[in-house]
Amino acid sequence: MSELIDPIEKKRVRWRSRRGLLELDLVLTRFLAERYDQLTPDEFAAYVRILDLPDTEFLELVNGKVETDDVTLAPIVAMLRSV
Amino acid sequence: MNVPVRHFDAVIVGAGGAGMRAALQLSEAGLKTAVISKVFPTRSHTVAAQGGVSASLGNSEKDHWHWHMYDTVKGSDWLGDQDAIEYMCREAPKVVVELEHFGMPFDRNDDGTIYQRPFGGHMSNFGEKPVRRACAAADRTGHAMLHALYQRNVRANTQFFVEWMALDLIRDADGNVQGVVAMEMETSEIVVFQAKATLFATGGAGRIYASSTNAFINTGDGLGMAARAGIPLEDMEFWQFHPTGVAGAGVLITEGVRGEGGILRNSDGERFMERYAPNAKDLASRDVVSRAMVTEINEGRGCGPNKDHVLLDITHLDPEVIMSKLPGIREISIKFAGVDPIKAPIPVVPTCHYQMGGIPTNYKGEVVLSTTDNHSDIVKGFYAAGECACASVHGANRLGTNSLLDLLVFGKSSGNSMIDFIKTQPENLPELNMAAIERSVARVARLDGQKNGTNVHEARSAMQRTMQAHCGVFRFKDMLAQGVAKILEVEEMIKTIEIADKSKVFNTARLEALELENLIEVAKATMISANARTESRGAHVRDDAEDTPANPNGRDDQNWLKHTLWHRDGNKLDYKPVNMTPLTVEAIALKTRSY
Ligand SMILES: Cc1cc2nc3c(=O)[nH]c(=O)nc-3n(C[C@H](O)[C@H](O)[C@H](O)COP(=O)(O)OP(=O)(O)OC[C@H]3O[C@@H](n4cnc5c(N)ncnc54)[C@H](O)[C@@H]3O)c2cc1C
Repeated sequence: MSELIDPIEKKRVRWRSRRGLLELDLVLTRFLAERYDQLTPDEFAAYVRILDLPDTEFLELVNGKVETDDVTLAPIVAMLRSV
Repeated sequence: MNVPVRHFDAVIVGAGGAGMRAALQLSEAGLKTAVISKVFPTRSHTVAAQGGVSASLGNSEKDHWHWHMYDTVKGSDWLGDQDAIEYMCREAPKVVVELEHFGMPFDRNDDGTIYQRPFGGHMSNFGEKPVRRACAAADRTGHAMLHALYQRNVRANTQFFVEWMALDLIRDADGNVQGVVAMEMETSEIVVFQAKATLFATGGAGRIYASSTNAFINTGDGLGMAARAGIPLEDMEFWQFHPTGVAGAGVLITEGVRGEGGILRNSDGERFMERYAPNAKDLASRDVVSRAMVTEINEGRGCGPNKDHVLLDITHLDPEVIMSKLPGIREISIKFAGVDPIKAPIPVVPTCHYQMGGIPTNYKGEVVLSTTDNHSDIVKGFYAAGECACASVHGANRLGTNSLLDLLVFGKSSGNSMIDFIKTQPENLPELNMAAIERSVARVARLDGQKNGTNVHEARSAMQRTMQAHCGVFRFKDMLAQGVAKILEVEEMIKTIEIADKSKVFNTARLEALELENLIEVAKATMISANARTESRGAHVRDDAEDTPANPNGRDDQNWLKHTLWHRDGNKLDYKPVNMTPLTVEAIALKTRSY
């Protein structure tokens, strides 16, 4: 499935996974190593949307301080919490 | 060679608090201003700052800029320049209120004024008792600051070049600065940003250490670029550390954990703080705890396969207490140390947090080469502000919340200096120094062409381990001397780093290799400057600097009340006097620093 994701887009998003908060860098490094290449196009699209969040909100989502009510984001949030 | 050139009045490298504050000044003055950033502006590392920004507004109790100045000089262990410190503390109320008008959502008192809270080292009446001086926007001060400044810059038509990496500074034959060479990440195209005035606001370089609280982006690019262009780096031996970061990750474990009964143990399981501080034990002050931890590791009683950390044990505490009194600690430990602290101790190590040194500037943000004062031998057209600069207001040790203040005050003052300078410049930009541009292009070409070279990850980790072991929070003469030899070996490795992926589009591997070439400059500057400074002062603490009546805490004012200047060329060291002449008040006289 992952061949449906534009490889250039994948590289761009890999760079955008560099954040301003160390905690996010650490989580996303593991995520990129373990899960990124297996994402379905839908999961990839959800990940891209999460990356648009401000770092502070993104971290709260990842460490479980807040929950998302957006069902399309839930699977990727679960993945980020588990790596 | 055909490198495209773009022209501006001002180019700013860095879109954190310092870069955006300066940009605002320039754009609002109607100048054509470019801001280059590796990441989207609001994702700059300033976003991590939670504690607040200091200003003697006196909203909750009486306060005065002169008291703030006293605290900052004392905090700096008298290495801070008193003209710059006076300037910063006097400007503080103005720049904070300005930020409020830019839309910064500060916490407020019932009467609508900015709410202020106490913060370590900030006192009233020249060191008498703690004062409320820190202004915050919940626990998101840095984030809110970036947001307010970004919105305002967009309104003022600042041109942002996001996902661009500046590679090198361009200086002409006389040393004047002409702009920067930069690479667009999307295409790997190299472009010259030529400007009448150039500002570096590239932030810190905490990633030179194996354990750092800094995000991955803090790779000291501005310092590397400056050093390669022949600009010295000032006071690089001074780095602030926190005693307990998760080993290998850097995420902070709050001091509250020891407050609730957490115990530090070595590889024998011994509660070693009993030997170093029989009364306070694990609750001794930060420097005592850090020093004990490092001594245990150095003497072979560290834990783990590399014997490079100690353990913070809370397994004896009631799980209920852990969950209620130390929220978040269990999650941090599980996530970043891989251990559940209810069942097993947390691996911790003193962790690098903040860089006091940097590109030498005066309080106007002008980059200064002089070894005698802060106003001669200025590099024309070149400015620096924020964590990458050394004004020097933090001296040997920064007070909490003074760093965000530094961004605002010196971001603004450098913007103003640039405006004045740009007005004196002819409309047509001078001919570019092509040799400087070619050197930068050649650096990238070397990387792309390298065969049988060193792996980037291995070289970076060798550098980080060397810095952590030989030049950490507590320093030993022999370790420093060996450290100098080792870091120069690492430099040799880095000269041949190689990347497997040579593609052009968003090539993260290439960017990381280029960042490593900047980090190593900072690492060398740090190690060599620390090795030479044979006293203890502020954050630079040496085992061999004895505490005597003449040199309390090992501080040797007779020989070392001076700034270090490290030159990349030949690793030469120069020194310059500390400014002890404030702008309007009397000097804060030398005293032993004790709280
Ligand atoms: C966890 C943590 C908490 C902190 N809390 C506080 C606090 O409460 N109060 C306080 O006063 N201080 C605090 N500090 C310190 C303070 O946050 C920093 O010193 C400050 O934010 C640095 O800001 P800056 O503008 O200099 O750089 P940064 O915000 O780091 O921005 C650097 C900018 O430069 C850009 N850049 C770098 N290199 C290049 C290149 N080669 N090409 C293009 N762009 C480049 C980056 O993209 C970025 O935009 C804290 C620090 C940490 C680590």
